[in-house]
Amino acid sequence: MLTYILRRLVLMIPTVVIISLVSFAIIQLPPGDYLTTLTAGLEAGEQVSQGQLHYLTERYGLDKPLHVQYWRWMSGIILRGDFGQSFEWNRPVKDLIWERIGLSFMLSLSTLLFVWAIAFPIGILVAVRQYSLWDYFWTFIGFIGLATPNFMLALILMYVAFRYFGQSVGGLFSPDFVDVPWSWARVLDMLKHLWIPIIVLGTSQTASLIRIMRANLLDELHKPYVTTARAKGMSEISLLAKYPVRVALNPFVSTVGWVLPRLVSGSVVTAVVLNLPISGPLMLRALKAQDMYLAGSFILLLSTLTIIGTLLSDILLAWLDPRIRYT
Amino acid sequence: MRTPLNHLVNQKTRVSKTADLTPPKPGTPGAPVSEQRVEMAGQWQLMWWKFRKHKLAMIGSAVTLLIYLVALFVEFLAPFPRGVYEARYTYAPPQALHLFERTEQGVRFRPFVYGYKVTIDEVAIRRVFEIDTSQKHYVGLLVRGAPYKLIGLFPSDRHLFGPLEQEAPMYLLGADRLGRDMLSRIIYGTRISMSIGLVGVVLSLFLGILLGGLSGYYGGAVDLLIQRVIEFLRGIPTIPLWMGLAAAIPLDWPPLRVYFGITLILSLIGWTGLAREVRSRFLSMRTEDFVIAARLDGSSEVRTIMRYMVPSFLSHIIAAITLAIPQMILSETSLSFLGIGLRPPVVSWGVLLNEAQNIRSVATAPWLLLPGVPIIAAVLSLNFLGDGLRDAADPYGR
Repeated sequence: MLTYILRRLVLMIPTVVIISLVSFAIIQLPPGDYLTTLTAGLEAGEQVSQGQLHYLTERYGLDKPLHVQYWRWMSGIILRGDFGQSFEWNRPVKDLIWERIGLSFMLSLSTLLFVWAIAFPIGILVAVRQYSLWDYFWTFIGFIGLATPNFMLALILMYVAFRYFGQSVGGLFSPDFVDVPWSWARVLDMLKHLWIPIIVLGTSQTASLIRIMRANLLDELHKPYVTTARAKGMSEISLLAKYPVRVALNPFVSTVGWVLPRLVSGSVVTAVVLNLPISGPLMLRALKAQDMYLAGSFILLLSTLTIIGTLLSDILLAWLDPRIRYT
Repeated sequence: MRTPLNHLVNQKTRVSKTADLTPPKPGTPGAPVSEQRVEMAGQWQLMWWKFRKHKLAMIGSAVTLLIYLVALFVEFLAPFPRGVYEARYTYAPPQALHLFERTEQGVRFRPFVYGYKVTIDEVAIRRVFEIDTSQKHYVGLLVRGAPYKLIGLFPSDRHLFGPLEQEAPMYLLGADRLGRDMLSRIIYGTRISMSIGLVGVVLSLFLGILLGGLSGYYGGAVDLLIQRVIEFLRGIPTIPLWMGLAAAIPLDWPPLRVYFGITLILSLIGWTGLAREVRSRFLSMRTEDFVIAARLDGSSEVRTIMRYMVPSFLSHIIAAITLAIPQMILSETSLSFLGIGLRPPVVSWGVLLNEAQNIRSVATAPWLLLPGVPIIAAVLSLNFLGDGLRDAADPYGR
């Protein structure tokens, strides 16, 4: 087990290096950079000091060849934990990201719990009662959930909440609570707003997990060992819980690997619509404004998180099912 | 040499296999006649029979076909050209289409819509529309309207339906921010949105078959390298990657180039799934008896692949493609919705939904959400179609 984890960790290193190269390439792709925009603003008579321009050019080696720029960026991250400066916000990228990553993570985690809490029992139900009314009902809901783009669902829910419940929609907080320090009232207020993003983000995942659970369980339910256990007079519930569900859970766990990155990346679109103070909209804005260090750090961070998420689910899986380690 | 080796075929297994496949002819299932039909039927025939039994897939393929027909004939089907705007009717609500007119002579078939009475709300500074039952605008079939070239080739000015007087307001699905007809724009969006899925899939199919085939056929170092690349591409969260690449498309590119740029970006990820599918097929088939036999018979590599291997997994590939198209459509929609995909004046469903991005516009004009309906319909029906194809792809299995 330990060697397995170690081997996977070593394999991770080149992947992360390549990802950092790709992130850098992506932020270099658009012609020009933020300084060009800044210089244009300077010519148009905006208040940007020549010294500031000079300082920024100097610090990031923006007039130097690409590999020098890449090296400065990477060495800053590795050696000093410095992700660079956001040009647009005029603040360190690290602070900007830290501000939002907590809420992003909280949202992802609660969505994951929501998805599991719903998908798990329903998946079992529809597999055991195959071709029943419930099965058809959830299959139908599942397909709709898969076919509806997240932002569509967000818009519809917002419209419904706005029109019929008169709730202030969008964001994670009511206007009174946006800039106040954490308190119980603020947490409660957040919980009141949390349900829309959770439903929006969770629906398609729930739908696909129900499908997976159903398919896996159906494979197991017709195996001889189930018949044997039943013939021995085991009660249906404990039979289910003890054998087929446990086996069917196996691929279920492996989906954590893709649930996590999907939660991170899928939330971008939804967060823009719902105006959530999480990392997605900030990243979109950074990409559009060519705020290169902010955008690049985001891509780098999200990709690394994805890799870690995959690794975690693989380890979990290997721990649950020893066969996997040796293939 | 060509006589079938009857003694090798176990009659029992043969019967039990045919019993699962009920030929859909009136003859009772299992009767000798139909059994013979099953035995005579070719692979594609068996697939078709199996596919026909999948009700949802049949519905899905009908709807898909319909949507692609709409995409083909947009200029004819849309009552108005996509760019026509009318400042008087910004955010006009949808009108109901009345099919029958009640007159002194009785009820008769004559479709019409009522006009609008427009007042300006001084406080909210916006137009308030009321249906004005005193004005009637008649609607006709095959009316003359704005001239167009069908698929850019055949000039005409007939539209499937439209107002009889060209100036009359007809907004069956409401109007948008600039007073453009939503119905026409949704119909125009069909072409872009549906074709982007097709073009993207063709691109990723090319990459997927080439690289997946290489990987599966040769194995070894090639396989290892290609598999690592695929794993890497799949490891990157897609939306940030797409966003990064899409944001890199210069703003001054002409619409057509943006279109291909976006398709290219989408298929950059899309090919990995197809490549995996192709590879696993190649791997499992490389050691099949008939492939080895072909090789021992001295057929060249290309012939072995094209003549023997490809036909046997073609159906799986087709199913995989069908399931990849809706993914592309959804991705394009998301990107355009965020404003980093296709951009106006190009009209796609995502571009249309971009107008409905904030709750304020949705609250004033909920019909701006309507482009979501064809998206859901298209994605659903393509998914059903793909599911049916996937099940039918292996007609010998259960």
